[in-house]
Amino acid sequence: MAESAGTVTLHVNGETYALSVGPHAADVDPAHTLAHTLRETLGLTGTKVSCDRGACGCCTVIMGGRPVLSCMLLTVECDGAQVKTVEGLADPATGALDPLQESFIEHTAFQCGFCTPGILMTGRALLDENPRPTVAEVKEALSGNFCRCITHYHVLEAIDAAISRTGDWS
Amino acid sequence: MSAGYRHLGHAVERKDARGIVTGKTAFVGDLSVPRMLYGRVLRSPHAHARVISIDTERAESAGGVEAVLTHADVPDWRVGTPRTVPVLAQEVRFVGDAVALVAATTEAAAEAALDLIDVEYEPLPTAFTPDEALAPGAPQLFDEAPGNVVRPGSPWFGPECLTGVMLGDVAQGFAEADVVAEGTCSYENLPNPIPPEPPGAIAQWEDPNSVTFWLSSQAPHQDKTILYYAFGREVEVRVIGGPCGGSYGSKIMSGRLNLQAAALSRATGRPVRLLMTKEEHLAAFTLRIGSRFSGRVGMHRDGTVTAVAGEWLVDTGHYSVTTQAQVAVGCGEAQLAIRCANWDLTNKIVCTNRNASGIVRGFGGQELKCCLLPLFSRAMAEVDLDPFEFFKKNFVKPGDRYLWRDGQSYTYRGADYVPAMEAGAYTFRWREKWKGWLTPTAVEGARRTGVGVAVHGNADVGESVSEAYVRLDSSGRATVYSPATEHGTGQPSNLCKMVAEVLGLPLECVSLTPPDTSVTAYDFGPVGSRGTYAMGSACINAAEEARRQLLERAASMFGANPDELDTADGMVFRRDDSERPVRWQKVLGIDHTIMAAGSYEPDFTLSNCMMSFVEVAVDTETGAVDLLKVVNATDAGLIIDPPGLENQMNGCLGSAGIDSALFEETVLDPSTGRILNPNLIDYKWRTFADLPALQNVVLETPMESHRFHAIGVGEVATAPGPAAALMAVSNAIGAWLGEYPVTPERVLRALGKGEERQPSGQSR
Repeated sequence: MAESAGTVTLHVNGETYALSVGPHAADVDPAHTLAHTLRETLGLTGTKVSCDRGACGCCTVIMGGRPVLSCMLLTVECDGAQVKTVEGLADPATGALDPLQESFIEHTAFQCGFCTPGILMTGRALLDENPRPTVAEVKEALSGNFCRCITHYHVLEAIDAAISRTGDWS
Repeated sequence: MSAGYRHLGHAVERKDARGIVTGKTAFVGDLSVPRMLYGRVLRSPHAHARVISIDTERAESAGGVEAVLTHADVPDWRVGTPRTVPVLAQEVRFVGDAVALVAATTEAAAEAALDLIDVEYEPLPTAFTPDEALAPGAPQLFDEAPGNVVRPGSPWFGPECLTGVMLGDVAQGFAEADVVAEGTCSYENLPNPIPPEPPGAIAQWEDPNSVTFWLSSQAPHQDKTILYYAFGREVEVRVIGGPCGGSYGSKIMSGRLNLQAAALSRATGRPVRLLMTKEEHLAAFTLRIGSRFSGRVGMHRDGTVTAVAGEWLVDTGHYSVTTQAQVAVGCGEAQLAIRCANWDLTNKIVCTNRNASGIVRGFGGQELKCCLLPLFSRAMAEVDLDPFEFFKKNFVKPGDRYLWRDGQSYTYRGADYVPAMEAGAYTFRWREKWKGWLTPTAVEGARRTGVGVAVHGNADVGESVSEAYVRLDSSGRATVYSPATEHGTGQPSNLCKMVAEVLGLPLECVSLTPPDTSVTAYDFGPVGSRGTYAMGSACINAAEEARRQLLERAASMFGANPDELDTADGMVFRRDDSERPVRWQKVLGIDHTIMAAGSYEPDFTLSNCMMSFVEVAVDTETGAVDLLKVVNATDAGLIIDPPGLENQMNGCLGSAGIDSALFEETVLDPSTGRILNPNLIDYKWRTFADLPALQNVVLETPMESHRFHAIGVGEVATAPGPAAALMAVSNAIGAWLGEYPVTPERVLRALGKGEERQPSGQSR
């Protein structure tokens, strides 16, 4: 819960947002999920909501270096958190895309693209922690990400290519 | 193989790629229209009941609520074939049927108001299965479907719409047969394609009678047509489509949801966004049709099929929009896979008290084939015939005739797909792995592997009408006016590639208009694998006409005939003197453009083909089935976009494809009609951790389609796999299976193990 019951502070993609907790449209309601706040309050609609029950991984964002399901966290629980969404993957200074994004483009590692932001964030979190994962480790990390078009094979190629190209991810 | 083309056959960045990976691509749920309200639907807890009373007073006075609508408040707009289903029901016909609508200033307020609506129901008798619905004394769901049997035929396909296959003399055919197999097989597990993005709409009503929709849409003009009739032909409809977060055909079934959004907007005077939750998507949106075939097939020892006879029983749930059309196409597709002179294939489409069935890739053909092909397996086994050889022999060949969906007979003028099938068999190592019927490929203790194969083709690759405009700007750019929405296939980018190829432009100089029906030419949309041939043809024709007009205008500047000129990179030049090119700007002037139209009329004389080879491992102790390997083989004529095609073919597993034979099912409680697994934990789906080895073999034999000789195959990727998987499991365990999915329970029962229990899912 927020230190001051009246506000919750989020650091999202390098920006700091101090949000009031309350019933008004611009406020954070105690019932709001992080996914809701990101999308509806902050307008960061790159984070997608599909199942809204923690089963599909579409809403994955990186919080404190770990991939989390933003539909399963209450915003008021995230006070002070460092959050990275798909909008924050590109270099904020230069606008250059993350190598993983570039590799996804190059390998057409998406079909409908709805699940892609969640897959990218899960992949990014994995590579931040383990720059040279095995294929099995990549599959395991992504096993909570639902993709119905079956783009899994291209995603694995894209991640593999990104690993090989950049070597060190740190 | 790029065959010397500048764009076609090359893997290039999809037009929308950057938007997708940066999160900027805005799906309907990401859009916000000024003054927008949020809608929610109150759904029936009963499978069949009459609404006696509804008290909306508490809901109406709740905070943020702008409108509460019941069946008494909404216009008489209806969807269905025939048009039986209203915006809101007074007689509810499935658990989840729409009873009331709320629009509020926030989604939470709308959701909270649902609990404040008091409804009194009078429960009515129910019929959950086709058997129950057809039994004497069964409750009648609709007056328009006496005996719960839906009138056959689809208005989309004309007055002679195919409603079965009656050809030749089956009595004679069976008399000539060396072997006859008889039986019943059912694909009634009602798999759900589950695109990740739920169905959704924003509607903005404008009095007196026009409405704009922003839809998660695969085919905006098709949505517009459906809605135009649903509104009783009295409302002007504008549809702004996609991007679409997955459809697999299913989003075309959103008509009723779209009407509900329109009714709320009309009542409030404000735009309304109505998105389904995932639970609603799984429990109240459309599923695959339930399919059961009972009949007989006869053949000679050499695999020549002499007769097919039987009844295809189709469970459409509480109503039908396209089921009759799916039956028509399914009947056509059966003939493409099975060459036979004598047919007596009838069908019955039955209404039941569950959510409706509708379009999913495979469109009827997959559902029929899942039940029909296993009967052929039994016949082949009798005469020890290799199924690969059987399908190779019996898939449609140039010169063959078949009845297609409009009831007309067509002569096939497409490719012979035998080389593609052989290439697939080689890659799969079919001849090594095939050990005979009901014989495993390998046995290792309790683990047995088995293989199966099946084939599917669809002559809808050239279906329906497409139109396109291409505009040339003096800046050397071209704009394509086509409502192609991106729903995963890459088709919008592919159409740009084709136009760029015709006009000699860099790909970045060709773009599509937004898929807005008020802007673009008419197009039936990318369905039935028609994007490449039908939509492609319209765009190519428009581009060719634009090019012709350009060169005609330029002719006088060069003092030449138009046919002595050519264009590339926004320049016109003499073919015999490319050193002195002239910019389009000089030809057109700065304030002129060229706008040319192209069109395409239906052609049912070509078919695509997908053969899927499947290898499974079965644990005979636990009954668990593991998918080891899949090889898909096809011939695309010319590959327009290699990664996009590969992606589409990989789709054979998901969106209710091969996995619908292995573990996917919608589980209906047989006592209440309630769906027991309407969430992504209890509805099983394939994960990254569980991928089989998958290879796609694609030949490029030029097809007699359009100038690039290509043909589409995306839609059919799911269609042959389930039947191949059923065959593979039967071969692995040495016992016939005739129901989908092959749950451990069914496998053990087939092996004579396990308890006699009611099988899972919807089975009888």
